[in-house]
Amino acid sequence: MVTLNINGQERKVDVPADMPLLWVLRDELDMTGTKFGCGQALCGACTVHVDGQPTRSCQLSAADAQGAKITTIEGIQGKVAKAVQGAWQKLDVAQCGYCQSGQIMAAVSLLSQTPDPSDGDIEAAMDGNVCRCATYVRIKAAIKDAAQTLKA
Amino acid sequence: MLHRRILESAAPATAAAGPATPSRRGFLLGAAGIGGALVVAAHLPGEAFAAGPAVPAVVGPPDPRPNLFVRIAPDNTVTVLIKHLDKGQGIATGLSTIVAEELDADWAQVRSDFAPADSKLYPNHFFGLQGTGGSTAVANSWDELRMAGAAARAMLVAAAAAQWKVPAGEITVAKGVVSHAKSGKSASFGQLAEAASKQPVPQKVALKDPSKYVLIGDGKLHRLDHVSKTDGTAVFAMDIRRPGQLTAVMARSPRFGGTVASVDDKAARAVPGVVDVVRTPVGVAVLAKNTWAAMKGRDALKITWDDSKAEKRGSAQILAEYRDLARKPGAKAARKGDVAAAFKGAAKVVEAEYTFPYLAHAPMEPLNCVVQLTKDGGAEFWAGSQFQGIEQPTVAAILGCKPEQVKINTVWAGGSFGRRATPNADYMAEAALVAQAYKAKGTPPIHLVWTREDDIKGGMYRPLFVHRVKAGLDKDGNIVAWDQTIVGQSFMAGTPFAAMMLKDGVDATAVEGAADMEYAVPNLAVDYQMGTSPVTTLWWRSVGHTHTAYAKEAFIDELALAAGKDPVEYRLAMLKDHPKLANVLKLAAEKAGWGTPLPAGKARGVAVHKSFNSYVAHVAEVSVKDGRIKVDRVVCAVDCGIAVNPDNIRAQMEGGAGWGIGHALRGQVTLTDGLVDQANFDTFEPLRYSDMPAVEVHIVPSQERPTGVGEPGVPTAAPAVANAVLKATGKPLRDLPFAKAGIV
Ligand code: FES
Ligand code: FES
Repeated sequence: MVTLNINGQERKVDVPADMPLLWVLRDELDMTGTKFGCGQALCGACTVHVDGQPTRSCQLSAADAQGAKITTIEGIQGKVAKAVQGAWQKLDVAQCGYCQSGQIMAAVSLLSQTPDPSDGDIEAAMDGNVCRCATYVRIKAAIKDAAQTLKA
Repeated sequence: MLHRRILESAAPATAAAGPATPSRRGFLLGAAGIGGALVVAAHLPGEAFAAGPAVPAVVGPPDPRPNLFVRIAPDNTVTVLIKHLDKGQGIATGLSTIVAEELDADWAQVRSDFAPADSKLYPNHFFGLQGTGGSTAVANSWDELRMAGAAARAMLVAAAAAQWKVPAGEITVAKGVVSHAKSGKSASFGQLAEAASKQPVPQKVALKDPSKYVLIGDGKLHRLDHVSKTDGTAVFAMDIRRPGQLTAVMARSPRFGGTVASVDDKAARAVPGVVDVVRTPVGVAVLAKNTWAAMKGRDALKITWDDSKAEKRGSAQILAEYRDLARKPGAKAARKGDVAAAFKGAAKVVEAEYTFPYLAHAPMEPLNCVVQLTKDGGAEFWAGSQFQGIEQPTVAAILGCKPEQVKINTVWAGGSFGRRATPNADYMAEAALVAQAYKAKGTPPIHLVWTREDDIKGGMYRPLFVHRVKAGLDKDGNIVAWDQTIVGQSFMAGTPFAAMMLKDGVDATAVEGAADMEYAVPNLAVDYQMGTSPVTTLWWRSVGHTHTAYAKEAFIDELALAAGKDPVEYRLAMLKDHPKLANVLKLAAEKAGWGTPLPAGKARGVAVHKSFNSYVAHVAEVSVKDGRIKVDRVVCAVDCGIAVNPDNIRAQMEGGAGWGIGHALRGQVTLTDGLVDQANFDTFEPLRYSDMPAVEVHIVPSQERPTGVGEPGVPTAAPAVANAVLKATGKPLRDLPFAKAGIV
């Protein structure tokens, strides 16, 4: 039995210790907003926040996730999250949308730590998040838009 | 995909978007009241698309089955039923816009829902069965959805007229409100829905003049899925969770064409969570309580493969064989004038060979679907289903039931790029085979999941192609002769589409964009040589144009260089009979500042091409530094007829440019001794944020019928980059990906 703190709630799950957090979320807790894209830390679709840090949930075992505060797309809240999701909606960033939970989690982390990021900051924060629909132009614009909102 | 031949013969391409006249497009409307809701469907008879392949003509009394395009509910929502798959291209929004326009709905009340799988009710009028592809979704829905929207509007008006006892002609509709100015009466759609559902279906409707469009062409309209795709609530097949659901992963032959010789599944069965291991004709599946256990179980399988019929060549060997084939005469794809004589009289002859690798589609959501066998001997699917009209009969043949007993719930798909539209219903057929093999033990919902490695190694690639091109120039540099041989596999051969797309040894999808060359070349020969291999191949976003546009446009720049001409001027001189191509070329050049100086180390390149009845030109701006290239900026001009959703057209052009450039930079699937060298996004390297250029899109205003935008933004992006590199370095890029040249 593993106890996890997810979106502020204690969740007990009966899973093998090596099961990645991604599959705990998706298969055990039916929290399917976090996506499976590669399973190898190569695409960012599975990004969640672990103690505020953007983390690939496909590479974090259930055992290692114990004791940390985990936030998923279903649980993001606050000023930054609102600004980011609002900008994504305003600019119609999503195409297929499958990568976007991960993109948004990465962008929220970036702006939480660096509210006024440079182009280089954005590139460094987002380069690990693949979008096969190539929505990168709008991802960039939306991060800048959210940064503006946060300044206001 | 099944686009060009069908489109060109079927679509009244020059017809304006004006009102439908009953003589040309007679139609029947069916309506039924369900739960106080007004539901409307427009049936187009076959004649409207007469030259299409066996389009079932839907005539006769209104169909009692839920043949619905529009539902107006008492809660004032308007739901548009979408017969196509939305895999990111935004078709749910596009088709809803068309209905909402004729209905005069308020965009805020519009929703979309995927239509049930039924090829009789929801055919793609270019295919004759339900399916999405070839950038046809808007084009084939344009008439029926405008009619459905207009009919629903007329019924709402009739209901209001009856209720208010006023002439229908005095009633107006705007933004979802039905009003009568003289009496001051007004009502919402929701308030009128029930009464409207009892109105007779109009046999004739007037369609709006495009100058009156409010929603069509509105660049600020948001996508219907823009909220659900930013808060994690959009449901993809990967997210389907049914009670008692098992997950299955399949072990497939590592070599194409290999089969299972023997299996030792002892260790796999011992993995906690593994429920069963089943053998199917396509591989060995591990069923488990969750995905992790299923994957671990599969890792523990010990399988001996029979490779006697498998591909054992490497891709380098295949390429070498194709290069040889490119020197031999093939099947005739195009012939014009006297090529041999023209070469004899040419002042200069230029020759080049272009090679293109196998490419995976790698949609962000790996292939998967949920299937549950039903008590009547059929099955129910949840899938990002793209070819319902193929999947239903294919699964029915496996299960021994009727196609209509295969129920498909279509959900949002996380990309496709062609991959989910297969002539053999591959992953859904696999799921059916697994369910059937497990049946004796029960009929739980089974979620068949491909991992990324399965996807990259799993075939259905854009075929590997070789183009050998030779041109003769006169003393002024004009092209007098063009001789091209295209070598590659046919993914039409052996499929239900072969009869239509494979003629006299020529696969239309392999030579499209080459055999129908638009440049004024007086003497032309295009040949096709069919390569064969057990490696499975498939259409891939923009199909044949992925390689034909590249070979043509890159070669044209080599010729312009040989002729000492400006690439834009050189092209324009040969496009006098193709004003739309010339127009997008001029527009892109002008917006990109073609001819204006650039800082040292930077260069521009251009390319123009027609695909899927849309016209696109790209100008790419590239920096070369320390022998490495970076694409800085791309300017795109597109003519796709009436721009239904301009912002979505921009999005598709942005994505199309990224798709074209990303794969040109680093995309390739290679084989060594028949084994795929790549496995995941570390080796099959996708376009990343840092690779993406700025993209600027210019849409040509048009009053003509809308064409497609999902694919046409791809073909010219890569050759525009290659031409910029040629300009900057003097070196042509003839072998893709560019990484092979050490410049990426
Ligand atoms: S699924 Fe975790 S990084 Fe791709
Ligand atoms: S929106 Fe489709 S992968 Fe990013």
